[in-house]
Amino acid sequence: MQFNILAKRRLTLALLAGLALTGTAVQAQTALDDVLKAKVIKIAIPTDYPPYGFVGIDLKPQGLDIDMANYIGQKLGVKVELIPVISANRIPYLQTRKADLVISTLGKNPDREKVIDFTAAYSPFFQAVFASKSLSIKSFNDLVGKSVGVTRGAMEDQELAKVVPAGVDVKRFEDNNATISSFISGQVQVIATGASVAGTIMTKNPGLNTEYKLLLKDSPNFIGVGKGEDKLRLKVNEIIAQARKAGDIDKMSQKWLGRSAGELPL
Amino acid sequence: MRIELDFLSVLTEWPLLVKGVAWTVGLTSVSTVLGLFLGVVLAWSRVHGNLPLRALAGSYVETIRNTPFIVQLFFIYFGLPAMGLRLAPETASIIAMVVNLSAYATEIIRAGIEATPKGQIEAGKSLALSSGQIFTHVVLPPALRKVWPALVSQIIIVMLGSAVCGQISTEELSHAANLIQSRNFRAFEAFIIATLTYLSLSMALRRLLNWIGPRFLFGR
Repeated sequence: MQFNILAKRRLTLALLAGLALTGTAVQAQTALDDVLKAKVIKIAIPTDYPPYGFVGIDLKPQGLDIDMANYIGQKLGVKVELIPVISANRIPYLQTRKADLVISTLGKNPDREKVIDFTAAYSPFFQAVFASKSLSIKSFNDLVGKSVGVTRGAMEDQELAKVVPAGVDVKRFEDNNATISSFISGQVQVIATGASVAGTIMTKNPGLNTEYKLLLKDSPNFIGVGKGEDKLRLKVNEIIAQARKAGDIDKMSQKWLGRSAGELPL
Repeated sequence: MRIELDFLSVLTEWPLLVKGVAWTVGLTSVSTVLGLFLGVVLAWSRVHGNLPLRALAGSYVETIRNTPFIVQLFFIYFGLPAMGLRLAPETASIIAMVVNLSAYATEIIRAGIEATPKGQIEAGKSLALSSGQIFTHVVLPPALRKVWPALVSQIIIVMLGSAVCGQISTEELSHAANLIQSRNFRAFEAFIIATLTYLSLSMALRRLLNWIGPRFLFGR
């Protein structure tokens, strides 16, 4: 039974990939006009990646990416149709024009740039050091004498190893869950982790007063548009630039990630 | 398929490995001493204690022997802070190991105590020994001698079980091996070395305990 489903899924993926190949060839630059004519924009968002995109108690998607999607819809003056996607199928949805935009913690890399285009960055994604507000941590030297929990072998473990001075009590745990438990139960005072994990800790345990302290590594998110859809891409870039000027980008980042967006690449 | 082994890149991290072995040995020695002592006390309670004491010791043994070690460890390390008791990972590991070993040791030692022939106890009584003296001098030594091989095996199981303590960031041997392989991706080599180290530790520990037992705990 399991095998059947898997086989089917694989077939669907293969078909999607096939469609994608033919799709890009005939794609004309009409996405923006189509959206404005239909008065609906289809935006692919995550529902499995808090705080960027997750399902709330009311079973509706919410999060930074969803806020951004609604923001763009509002600026374009069209209705937003949210399409839940997972990491693996975000790009195929765009290639097959099942979505006009992908706002789903999408990082930019050369391989992806071959098949889709990217707008300016709209939100930060980062590994950082987090701790309670009552703890004063201004630099990595302030970590001396404190216990820092981190998941062994994760990106943040490697980044942390590069910057921490001697005398910091780094405790390495087996997986994210153990690291989170150690921080929530107070076994470690400081946690080094990704923005999404920290965001979850903040929303689920507001009593801990966790806040962003120090940056370990930045890798911001971009919005994906279909290859060659320059009109739509430029329009979204315009909206992002205005949102940045108006402080709305910072507001969203502050709301969901607990820190301002900082310098985002264009 | 060709496998290229590069032990050097693991062995250059020897300070981590040595520290790991030291922690594994340290955790095991402390928990063996405390665990066996507690095991004898609990075994006495299960055999000679009054009803409430028997029930208490019995439920302790059943609870510990019927739950996984890692759950006990997580309960102590992640659970107890909710009650305000915050322990260092090393302390939590030792407590978990002592608790675990003592429960198993209780049952093993109890078997030895109950196998003591009645005549021996009566002989003690006829020499006007107190019941405490009878237990420590007449019952316990032969009981320990009978079950010593089983106890040694249990102690080794607990030592190997300490590999789990790395989960709560105690820096014992398997934590060291894991840390090394997550840095240089030499997983096969790191775990081969860890395996061989555990093997030699176990063999050495078995020899040591077989030497200690007859000399210090019960006469030959």
